[in-house]
Amino acid sequence: MNPILSEGRALILVPARNEEGAIGGVIDEVLSLFPRLPVLVVDDGSQDSTAAIAKLHHARVLRLPHHLGLGGALQAGYRLAFELGFEYVVRIDGDGQHDPTFIPAMIDAVSRPNVQMAIGSRFVESNGGYTSRLRGLGIRLFRACLRPILGKTVRDPTSGFVAVNREALEVFSRSFPLEYPEIEALVVLRRRAFQFVEVPVSIRPRRTGRSTITAVKSIYYLVHVMLGVLVNILIFDRRRWR
Amino acid sequence: MERLLLITTLLAVALIAIVIVSLRRAHIRVEYSVSWLAAAVILLVLAQVPNVLRWIAVWAGIQDPPTVLLFLVTGVFLVVFYRFSVIISHLRDANIALAQRVAILEFRLENVEDGRS
Repeated sequence: MNPILSEGRALILVPARNEEGAIGGVIDEVLSLFPRLPVLVVDDGSQDSTAAIAKLHHARVLRLPHHLGLGGALQAGYRLAFELGFEYVVRIDGDGQHDPTFIPAMIDAVSRPNVQMAIGSRFVESNGGYTSRLRGLGIRLFRACLRPILGKTVRDPTSGFVAVNREALEVFSRSFPLEYPEIEALVVLRRRAFQFVEVPVSIRPRRTGRSTITAVKSIYYLVHVMLGVLVNILIFDRRRWR
Repeated sequence: MERLLLITTLLAVALIAIVIVSLRRAHIRVEYSVSWLAAAVILLVLAQVPNVLRWIAVWAGIQDPPTVLLFLVTGVFLVVFYRFSVIISHLRDANIALAQRVAILEFRLENVEDGRS
């Protein structure tokens, strides 16, 4: 086994909000595969027993005093991971969609020189299942917009299965997009001339519950993300010109 | 025109009264009342000195002074709303950073207590 996994130098970060039906299984699956890896569940103001169940399943729980949104929850996790000295952080979702058997491949990717972030991608070679037609359309649009900004194609820019090394962890602990963070985070890293790679993964259906994404929310998401990307480019350009 | 100016005067006075009452009851902080009081005073001056409106109308090439009043009222309130958007954004950033810090400190405190017990 990779010494990073066996020596507990990486942290598994699971942002969760009202995931009491799935969180226990997600933690059990990770710990059965990698018993030395600490699992940190960031409970983003859940109104159910997510935090209690996570603790019962031997995860560490970072309980936010109130709901901050995905970006705020993730940044809290990144901040804690950085302060605790972790070298790598792998983020997986709390709904069971991300298969932890891909964690070693993700960590291998961010252990390489000059790679600061790995994205678990549905579209590199395996399936792109469980993606709605609208989301698929959005992903294609984001790909087209991001290509000139990032200098290369990112096939699955909305993936939440992400690994970072300590360099990226330091950046994210200080500066992280607060809403819909996945795509803007790529631009944040690009501003620091950091590199990312995509690792082929497969995505599973949610264990419980259903996605809250609606058509209206998708359009809001699209506009919000594009505006966030634009703002990040403007900041980038201003710094470059100084 | 006179009736419009009277209504504007009444609205400005009502706004000043509401802000002062809110300040006395501590419903609004002094620093956030300044924008509203400034907006109300601007409206009051425009309503009480119609020559200012006429002068602006001539300068801007607008035939109808009440239209100028409408534009200025909209402009004044847009500035106030924008100022509050900036304040809200700063407060939200501060709130998120504070909530994250509280959560991290609580996490570390629990670890220390668990280590002792």
